[in-house]
Amino acid sequence: MECKEALALLSARVDGEADARGAEALDLHLRGCADCRAQQATLQSMREAVSLHATRFRAPLELADRIGDTMRQSAPRSGRTNSRFWQGAGAGAAATAALAMVVGIGVALTRPSHDDLLADEAVANHVRSLQGGHVVEVASSDQHAVKPWFNGKVDYAAPVLDLTAEGFPLVGGRLDYFDDRPVAALVYGHRLHTINVFALPAKDGMAIGSARGFIRHGFAVERWSKDGMDFWAVSDADPTTLVELRALFMAKGSPR
Amino acid sequence: MSEQTNAWRFGEMALPHLDSAYNLARWLTRDDHDAQDVTQEAFLRAFRSFGGFRGENARPWLLAIVRNTCYTWLKQHRQAELEVPYDDDIHGGEGRVDSIGAFAPDTNPEAILARLDDVRLVDEALQRLPVGYREVMVLRDIEDLSYKEIATVAGLPIGTVMSRLARARKLMAMHLVTLRDGGSDGV
Repeated sequence: MECKEALALLSARVDGEADARGAEALDLHLRGCADCRAQQATLQSMREAVSLHATRFRAPLELADRIGDTMRQSAPRSGRTNSRFWQGAGAGAAATAALAMVVGIGVALTRPSHDDLLADEAVANHVRSLQGGHVVEVASSDQHAVKPWFNGKVDYAAPVLDLTAEGFPLVGGRLDYFDDRPVAALVYGHRLHTINVFALPAKDGMAIGSARGFIRHGFAVERWSKDGMDFWAVSDADPTTLVELRALFMAKGSPR
Repeated sequence: MSEQTNAWRFGEMALPHLDSAYNLARWLTRDDHDAQDVTQEAFLRAFRSFGGFRGENARPWLLAIVRNTCYTWLKQHRQAELEVPYDDDIHGGEGRVDSIGAFAPDTNPEAILARLDDVRLVDEALQRLPVGYREVMVLRDIEDLSYKEIATVAGLPIGTVMSRLARARKLMAMHLVTLRDGGSDGV
């Protein structure tokens, strides 16, 4: 391998995207080439510089409102002819009502609601669990070992599910603190990703909201409610992975 | 499917990615006001073509629309920014932007971060990259997309994503060195 070939591969290596064969050839080259080793350090430092320090712009508060407004004005056209005419009538009204709900979601999303704060807290807990190197206090893939471990630690039955067959092997559990109370943190694996699921009883008198997804600092957060419990899942995996996990929890319910 | 359900589904799918969409538009247009306009337009386009969305990964699907809307906007307002030649040959070459070569020893930036007292320079350096390099870095390092997802968003082969990222990072390192040393004539 020549230095020219090595450069692109070096970058892929830094991103964990080099395939095994490429990585092997690259290692061989790196052993004998100080220049390319320096290049690798440069590429690595740029990756870190941008991911740690570049600004992650957040949508201004009014943007979701603006989007909702525009969508309402140009509701989906279902008729090919004269659509403008009858859009003003019944179909337009239905679409307007629907879009008002969309705007509602947008507004809820952009105001720092309780959910937003909890999403941030979930991510902070997730990051801390990985930093400390003690992501689980009870390490077991057996739901019947993890579930009783929470007895006496939290004042509810932790809904531990075995999802190994579905691609989410149970790693274990941990006591964490979330939403001003001690909670059961269930840890699942998915490929190379770690997923924290915080499970806690829904607060009295609070309506159980519909499922929602968030992105915080590149982490995906998914929340849902089931059988009187609120669930918050966090991972660096793709957001759709958490949607899949949520669907599994919804389908399987809470084992008693 | 009723229009009502459709609108609901679109909202549930798209709105969680509003921050990502705006962030990409903001980095590509480099202006808050323009980024808002572009994001709004992109969401409208996405809503209209939502019928063609088959439930695949929503974020790349949406970001691809944002990216294309940005490019349309750039073509109309800042054509010159799109006229940078990219050398996408994976084995290197003699393209203009690529003719960086090895770093001179005194500017070897491997310890740039350690000596960088002002992290705002990172934004400044990233801003200076040609848009085709800037977008792959934003998608990879800020939005954390995989190469495959970046390929979808930017409409590039994966090999090109790989080589562009490598060159983007080299160029970024050069800009950072220039900025750190107080120069503003880096480009």
